[in-house]
Amino acid sequence: MTAITTKIVRDHGLNEAEYEKIRSLLGREPNLVELGVFSVMWSEHCSYKSTRAHLKKLPTKAPWVLQGPGENAGVVDIGDGDAVVFKMESHNHPSFIEPYQGAATGVGGIMRDVFTMGARPVAMLNSLRFGEPSHPKTRHLVSGVVSGIGGYGNCMGVPTVGGEVNFHRSYNGNILVNAMCVGLARRDNIFLSAAKGAGNPVVYVGSKTGRDGIHGATMASAEFNEDSEEKRPTVQVGDPFTEKLLLEACLELMATDAIIAIQDMGAAGLTSSSSEMADKGGAGIVIDLDKVPQREINMTAYDMMLSESQERMLAVLKPGREAEAERIFRKWELDFAVIGVTTDTHRLIVKHKGEVVADMPVNALSDAAPVYERPFVKRAPATGTPSFDASRPVMESLLKILAAPDMCSKRWVWEQYDQSVMADTVQMPGGDAAVVRVHGSNKGLAMSTDVTPRYCRADPYEGAKQAVAECWRNLTAVGARPLAVTDCLNYGNPEKPEIMGEIVAGIEGLGEACRALDFPIVSGNCSLYNETQGEGILPTPTIGGVGLLKDVNRMATIAFKREGDAIVLIGEPKGHLGQSVYLRVVEGKEEGAAPPVDLAVEKKNGDFVRGLIEKGRIDTVHDVSDGGLLVAVAEMALSANIGAGVRLKYSLDTFISLLFGEDQGRYVLAVPTDEADRIVADAAKAGVYAQQLGYTGGLSEREGPVLHGVGIPPIALTKLRAAHEGWLPTYMKA
Amino acid sequence: MKSAVVVFPASNCDRDAAVALEQMTGNKPHMVWHADSEVPDVDLIVLPGGFSYGDYLRCGAMASQSRVMADIKDKADKGALVLGICNGFQVLTETHLLPGALIRNAGLKFVCRPVGLEVVETQSSFTRKYSHGQRVVFPVAHGEGNYIADEETLDRLEGEGRVVFRYAKGESPNGSARDIAGIINEKRNVLGLMPHPERVCDPLLGGTDGRALFESLIEALT
Repeated sequence: MTAITTKIVRDHGLNEAEYEKIRSLLGREPNLVELGVFSVMWSEHCSYKSTRAHLKKLPTKAPWVLQGPGENAGVVDIGDGDAVVFKMESHNHPSFIEPYQGAATGVGGIMRDVFTMGARPVAMLNSLRFGEPSHPKTRHLVSGVVSGIGGYGNCMGVPTVGGEVNFHRSYNGNILVNAMCVGLARRDNIFLSAAKGAGNPVVYVGSKTGRDGIHGATMASAEFNEDSEEKRPTVQVGDPFTEKLLLEACLELMATDAIIAIQDMGAAGLTSSSSEMADKGGAGIVIDLDKVPQREINMTAYDMMLSESQERMLAVLKPGREAEAERIFRKWELDFAVIGVTTDTHRLIVKHKGEVVADMPVNALSDAAPVYERPFVKRAPATGTPSFDASRPVMESLLKILAAPDMCSKRWVWEQYDQSVMADTVQMPGGDAAVVRVHGSNKGLAMSTDVTPRYCRADPYEGAKQAVAECWRNLTAVGARPLAVTDCLNYGNPEKPEIMGEIVAGIEGLGEACRALDFPIVSGNCSLYNETQGEGILPTPTIGGVGLLKDVNRMATIAFKREGDAIVLIGEPKGHLGQSVYLRVVEGKEEGAAPPVDLAVEKKNGDFVRGLIEKGRIDTVHDVSDGGLLVAVAEMALSANIGAGVRLKYSLDTFISLLFGEDQGRYVLAVPTDEADRIVADAAKAGVYAQQLGYTGGLSEREGPVLHGVGIPPIALTKLRAAHEGWLPTYMKA
Repeated sequence: MKSAVVVFPASNCDRDAAVALEQMTGNKPHMVWHADSEVPDVDLIVLPGGFSYGDYLRCGAMASQSRVMADIKDKADKGALVLGICNGFQVLTETHLLPGALIRNAGLKFVCRPVGLEVVETQSSFTRKYSHGQRVVFPVAHGEGNYIADEETLDRLEGEGRVVFRYAKGESPNGSARDIAGIINEKRNVLGLMPHPERVCDPLLGGTDGRALFESLIEALT
């Protein structure tokens, strides 16, 4: 057997102290298989060794939370015996190396996390961040990632209903692909991964094991450098056809009571699924690798334990139920093999060709994994209000903003995704939140992914708060009660104190906002080491939120519904231009303080707006976020092809900041005028800022519907639409 | 009206079709597994959308060899009504129940969006409740819906009133010959179309233009 040298230890991403710890836990030198197992289980990706101490501070509980972090996905009660199961996960590093397969397997992996809990996936969202458009790799990466997400999700027959696509130079060498899956289950039929009890059969189902993806988790836990492209063999290859069969077969088996525990084989494959199930169940496990279905010949124990071949699951069954389970998997033409048994030894024992090739205490791989209190430095937040040219013509700026890469319509992307399969998508991409009906009922699930990384760079704490608040606001804007959050914390190298400072402040900001908004975190992951050649990405704590609509017939959308409605702003305009889209796009500056989030005001304003929707008093709402007020009104007009007139009280030096400022906690409503008066009066009583801004409608004889107003020369919606819809397809064609 | 929906491995619009059928006809359809030897005695057989066998080979090619397809061919020859939607249309061309083929979209990308269609032919059990030339909107969701056939076949299809749905002018999502979205066989009992009528039977889902297709079938069968 290979002797373990310092170089081998280093190549496995373990440092000397960690290796010493392994030796003392085993009471001997590990062999190569064991070293490989430790290296993936102790990798940042699997062990959260840099963040675990901080993540503990996040709020994870509420009366409606059925399952918080620690399982394959979070579970939330939505009444009537239904439960929503969801999680978001990153697939950043593989997607940069091989965009199609990286993104596709990201989608496949997160879907397995959801259906392994007993839920049928009903929606996908994707939060994507690419380098600047002028970077030579960006177009190729956008094209590959979008095709990969579509290729996998479309074949699975799960609608992709929302997400984000942004561009910034900090992602030039390290894109972000964060995929979120939302599923539905019955609350009394949730499956967990705790392999309780000894003597139960351990079964392997799904695809055969190959050599693909060996050490993917370790790769995802290191910085990128110029040799990263050589890591292409560590990227897995997706097979959505097999996954679709696996989904149906698992749900069919789950309708019986044969399963004790089940977990998908994701990062670190057979290693993590077997050791985590044993660990959570307080059991041991013995695996015989000769029984593992194999795609290639001469695979070693090391290969099999570290393979990240996709579309595989490990389950522990009740004894005697193997034949029944096998019949189901054979019907779906999938591999099925009993590969081991649970024990009461608390050890993970791996056999190959009649010999024990690994024998480790289960908790050495989990609880005993290192936890680092890494040193951190909190950078002072950026402050101040940057200067701007108050004389710039408003409409030229609006056109520029609507056509900016971050702000333009992402139709080119979402039209490559099947958004309406499963025939329950009642709100498609393009609004504040997507809404999918709970099949067979009038309830709806609203979902959104949000984060504004430029705010997080300026102020990691306020930026993280803002990400949660914006997500909560987007769910509220369609009329949903926000329920819970999954997060994907994308940051740079935690071994650098400034980056660790961003992470710590970010987690504090998330916690603060989630507590204030009663919006607990039920699942998520961390993706660290997102750097290339020493340059960290913008801090990007992506928030995926899910909310519940009691009745999808009472739902708001952003499109104007009628001409002559009053346009009402909820939430005070203070003209905060620091870190705004306006500054970035029009003035070419990424400067100033991030907009502060007053969580009490956020909650009060949101509760007021949601109440109006629930009572059926309003049907047209849009949150005010990137780009500010005028952009929000323009988007509402474009969605409906109905014009709008905006009248703001202003002085010349505040006009631009009022129109384009990114103050938080705000919504624009459109509502018949008599009701608008009542709403403004009710808002005053509730202590909520409300102001009538103007009216929907406005036609030019030659140009059709127009956007106009005091100090705003009329501009045809056709012209705004051309700018808004044109940028992305033009860019991708070039 | 009694119906059946065939489920191939990785069909994924089978549930959507079943929901629409139940909603429109009041009867739950039989779900028929591809490996079954025959379809029960029904008035309508639906081949649903999806990615049968992953569509790793030509779309529909593997499914066309499924065991149940022999019975469906037989029943279609005897006059049973067969509706193929999206992947189902691809299966029908692969089994030669319909002429021509569906190739990669001209834009080389999967396209999902609502598309305007013209109902060209109302002399069929599938479309009698539409008016001739009526404009309807159905969503499409496919990567390979670009209909091709030789000129002679296309002329024949048009001459015999067998082009049933056409993409409205300028709205073709895939580059199909003569903007063809759906065709019917010579005996007028087998219809294939790429757009999804089953996804527009509920106003909450963006329209009800698909309902008339099911209403036509109900009327034809009673």
